Parts: sequence; C-alpha cells; structure tokens
Amino acid sequence: MSAQSVKVFVPVDAAALSVGAEAVAKAVAREAEARGLEVEIIRNGTRGMLWLEPLVEVELPEGRVAYGPVAARDVAGLFDAGFLSGGTHALSLGKTVELDWMKRQQRVTFERIGVTDPLSLADYRSHDGLKGLQYALSLTGAEIVEMVKASGLRGRGGAGFPTGIKWKTVHDAKAEQKYIVCNADEGDSGTFADRMLMEGDPFLLIEGMTIAAVAVGATRGYIYLRSEYPHAHKALSRAILKAEAVGLLGDSVLGTGHAFHLEVRLGAGAYICGEETSLLESLEGKRAIVRAKPPIPALKGLFGKPTIVNNVLSFAAVPWILQHGAQAYADYGMGRSRGTLPVQLGGNIKRGGLIELAFGIPLREIIEDMGGGTRSGRPIRAVQVGGPLGAYLTAAQLDTPMDYEALAAIKAMLGHGGIVVFDDTVDMARQARFAFEFCAKESCGKCTPCRIGATRGVEVMDRIIAGVERPKNIAVLRDLNKLMTDASLCAMGGLTPMPVMSALNHFAEDFDRPSLPLAAE
Amino acid sequence: MVHYPAWDQDEARSIVSGLSHLEGATLPILHALQEEFGYVDPQIVPVIAEALNLSRAEVHGAITFYHDFKTSPAPRRVIKLCRAEACQALGCEAVVDELAREHGIDVTALAHSGDIAVETVYCLGNCALGPSALVDGELIGRLDADRLAALCSRHGADA
Repeated sequence: MSAQSVKVFVPVDAAALSVGAEAVAKAVAREAEARGLEVEIIRNGTRGMLWLEPLVEVELPEGRVAYGPVAARDVAGLFDAGFLSGGTHALSLGKTVELDWMKRQQRVTFERIGVTDPLSLADYRSHDGLKGLQYALSLTGAEIVEMVKASGLRGRGGAGFPTGIKWKTVHDAKAEQKYIVCNADEGDSGTFADRMLMEGDPFLLIEGMTIAAVAVGATRGYIYLRSEYPHAHKALSRAILKAEAVGLLGDSVLGTGHAFHLEVRLGAGAYICGEETSLLESLEGKRAIVRAKPPIPALKGLFGKPTIVNNVLSFAAVPWILQHGAQAYADYGMGRSRGTLPVQLGGNIKRGGLIELAFGIPLREIIEDMGGGTRSGRPIRAVQVGGPLGAYLTAAQLDTPMDYEALAAIKAMLGHGGIVVFDDTVDMARQARFAFEFCAKESCGKCTPCRIGATRGVEVMDRIIAGVERPKNIAVLRDLNKLMTDASLCAMGGLTPMPVMSALNHFAEDFDRPSLPLAAE
Repeated sequence: MVHYPAWDQDEARSIVSGLSHLEGATLPILHALQEEFGYVDPQIVPVIAEALNLSRAEVHGAITFYHDFKTSPAPRRVIKLCRAEACQALGCEAVVDELAREHGIDVTALAHSGDIAVETVYCLGNCALGPSALVDGELIGRLDADRLAALCSRHGADA
C-alpha cells in the first residue's frame, strides 16, 4: 500500500482566486509531483479570513492547520518546512478552528463553508447536509411554514420582512402554479456573503429553496444571479446538475413525489434588479421596471403567480432551522432580530472578510477588534453600513449594536449586513455626490422623484462642492431628499437620501470646504 | 483574450429557436447570443420578437435597459473596473487618476476603443480585497495602476 495521501485545501472562492489561489493550487500539485509526494488537493470555499487568502490548509489527524497568505513562490518553502505534516513556516497560523477570527464566531449558515468541497454531495451529506430537507419532507407544508415563522427569521436581503409570514401567504394562496425565486442579485457594494455561500456551499441554497418549494407547493424555482458573479454561476450550475442527477431536484424530490425544477438565470448588470418586483420583471424577460405594490409578489409574483422571493441567506438559513429546531435558531440574537447575521467587513480594513454572529454585536467590536482598523493605518472617519443606500456613520457611532431596530433608531439600516470602512482621507461631500450619481445611473426610471431627483441631486452637490450659494443649495438638497424619501416608488429613490443626509448631518464640515472648480463632466 | 466569430444570422436564429421554449426567454437568449458573438446585432431583434411573440419595441427595450448587452462588436479585452464604495475606500479613483496621469490611459475614452474597453461596474463582491476588476472573466484583487496599465496595454492584452 502506498503512503496515505495528504489532503491540502486551496480555496476556489473568487476572492481567493483574485489574489492568486489558482497559481498556488498549481504550485502545490507541481511540487508534490516533483518530490514524489501524494497529495489530494481539495478546492474548498473560503473560511472568510480574506486578508489571509490564499489560505492553504493541511488535514492532520488532530485537525486542519492553516498557512497564509500563501503566494505561489512560497510553496516550495512550505514543502521544505514539511507543511504536509504540520511543519512550522513563517506563514504558519496554527489550527484553523482555533484562530481568534474563527473562535469568536457563531457559524450557523456558514458552518460548512471553507470546510467542505462545495461540489461534493457526499461531503455535503457527511456534514449534515440534507437533514433539514429530510425532516421537512416528514412534515406538512403548514408545519414547515410554522417552524420558519417560529424561528423569527427575517429576510436577509435588507428589508427584514419576517420570512415565515411571506411563506404563509404563498402557502395559503390557491394557484395552479407557484414559484420560488431566489434574489441573488447581490448588488450592494460591501456585500459578498451571497457570493461566498453560492460558491462555497451551493447545495445549501438548493436545499433551502427545495424546502420552500415543498412547504408551499411550488414546482418551479429560479435563482436570479447577477452577471458580475461568473464563479458563482459556474458553481450553482454544476451543483444543480449534480442535484438533478441524484434526484434531489426534478420530478420527485428524493423520491417523495414533490416536483421541483430549479434554474439559474443571469441578470445583466442592473442594480435595480435587487428590488424584488424589478427582478421579477427581468425574469419575465422585460425591462426591469419596478412594479407598484400591492399586489405583493406572494400573491401575484412571477408571471402573476404566487411567488416566494427571498434572499440567498434567507433560504440558506432554513435547512439549519429545520434540522435543529426553530427555538435553537431563535435563541441567537436580540430583540426582534433573531438568529445569526453574516456580517461582511470590507473597504479600507486591515482584516476584512465574513463574520457570522448572533445579532447584537457592536459595530466597534467587529471593525476594531476583528478588523484591526484601517488597512491604510489612518484613523477611521466614516463607516457605511448596509450598502450604497445605507447611512454613513461616524467613529463615535460605532457602539451601536448590529440589529435592525438599533440601526433604524440612529437613522441607519442594516441592509444585507455589509460594512465599508473609510479612513480620514474620505471626502463626504464627494460620497454624497456619488450616491446621487449611482442612483441616476441605476434608476429604472419609472417614478419621477428617483429618475429626475437623482440627476438634480448630482447638480446640487456639484454646486455645493464648487461653493456656489452654499446655504441655499443645502436647503435645496434637504428639500430634494425629503421629496425622494417620501415620494419614490421603491428603495432605490427612497433610500438614496440616507447616505446623503447622513453625510450632510454627521460630516457637515465636508460640505463647507474651500471651493473647488465645478466638476468637468 | 476572447476571440468571437463574426455575426452569423443563421447561427443566431438557431440560438434563438433553441431557447425560445424557456419561460421569460428574452434574457437567456440575449446572453447566449452575446456569449457566442460578443454582442447582440440589432438585426436579430425581429427574429426574437417573432419567436417570443413580443413586439420589436419590447425586445429593443430589453436590450437597451441592461448595461451588459452591447449592440456593436466586442473589443478584444473587456476590463470591468469596480468603482463602488468599498473599492473607493481603497482608492480606486486614485487608480483611475494615476492611470490617466502616469500612463496616459483615460478610462472613459478607452471604453470606446475597439481593442480594449474599461467599463465601470459597481461591485464585484471582492470588497475586502479591492480595488478589484474582472478581466475576461477573471477576478483580480488589490489592483494598482501599474497592473491595470499592463492589462490595458497591447502587450498585456496578449499575455
């Protein structure tokens, strides 16, 4: 018998690839061959410690040990140091699960990510995969819906609507055809949890959507994925094929007679498609123009049929809830924000990545303790929470807990859980101008406050930055923001004022700097 | 580098008919055409309209609504540069400025050149490792102006 081959993990996650993981995987294979050593290279998802990517792990009898960040040129040295048996090297990090970043977390939805081979169903099953679905298949639809309701799960896309109530509406609706739609149009800057999950554990999303289908009696589902995520597209497409091959998807889910057909559909570079009704229009093949509500999609959604539209993370939370019980999930969190929140820490941050924790952790603990402050080493000046439509907070506001209501109380929002850190070189008047510029580019154009207001907003900001009649233009800016907030049809126009007003209210000095010439464009 | 064949109306027709059975087939068809030819030639609009029982205006409307769909042949290389907030926090605008100043490459002007296009996108989901760009489908993190300039140069484009 030949020597046992050693398992080496090199992530295939897009973030890891963006800093050279592919070259590292090739170098490991090459070195091993040259040295006549048996290694099995597994392309896992990322653990979420993105500043350590490419993070290479080796499986030892006592657990996995990590090395990072590894460049391809480091690989020969790792072999020299005997890393296949846990040898010490300058890049040694110790046991992965004992790293402070991992130990502080409560990994629930992300428990398998970085641990397993994303496209191995066998690996998925051996790490508790499909247990939630199997339990769901022993329940009635109403019982599944009741469990989701009891867990307190709220939509992770940003609006925070109780998932169970949405499911109940679709469950109770009478229709020949119902749909399950996953909103995977993760367009908010600063967010990447959906991408990480789809690349790192695609079967989890499939399982969550299948449970939804069984619960409400839907037979068709779509994952609407943004085109900026080619790696996730590949992972999901392959995972769906594998799921079909073993009868997890298809005419009879796991042989139970429930049909569920799932397809990935690509978006085409429109931020507005993250808004659920515009997403549905896009899935129907139309311009992604926002619909007026009511009717709500739960009653008249895709092709006018009852439709569950949930975010990736909402669906992905469900299998755990079914497996461990609604109460176990609800035991995490605070107030009306139950369960765990995958926080994404990015921007100018020393240690950025994904942190899954129960709701309620203060922002400061995440940004300073876990993130280690700015990458530039300069003081933190502003933190944008919740994507391009979220508020800019000051360093003094960072003691606010990550919770829907606590953030709403300071006129901010949690959104999809993205945190973007800026150092003291940021010009907040420019950021306010950008919020309007972005809205002008991405508005669907249906309602006037958003379509026209965004363009007027850019013009007003240009005048303010240029020092033209500042007090008057700031009055116009406030008035415009109030109008957009009150009269826009959806969150695009309705929330663009949030970053603008927070910049104006918290960083007023940036709106009163020495005049600059009007922008050329 | 991606090399696309010249537009072939017969081939395009067969792509349309191969996908027209899908629910809401417009976007899958447009993506498939663009993947094959690098762009969607306007001469296919009436064919799609006929196959999906839509008006030409509806098909034209869909093509022009989405940033992704192009109606003229694709450049040899497309660099999708993220200029959203998380990359701004890491200096993507300074990269754009330096590219113009030090390398004489104007991002907005390049967008119209036939050889290489730099397009602005908002978020590639690599927010902890920015500035980021998607180059011919590959994600690149911790981008600086020199790297971007190399990617923009003919030499880099052939690499």
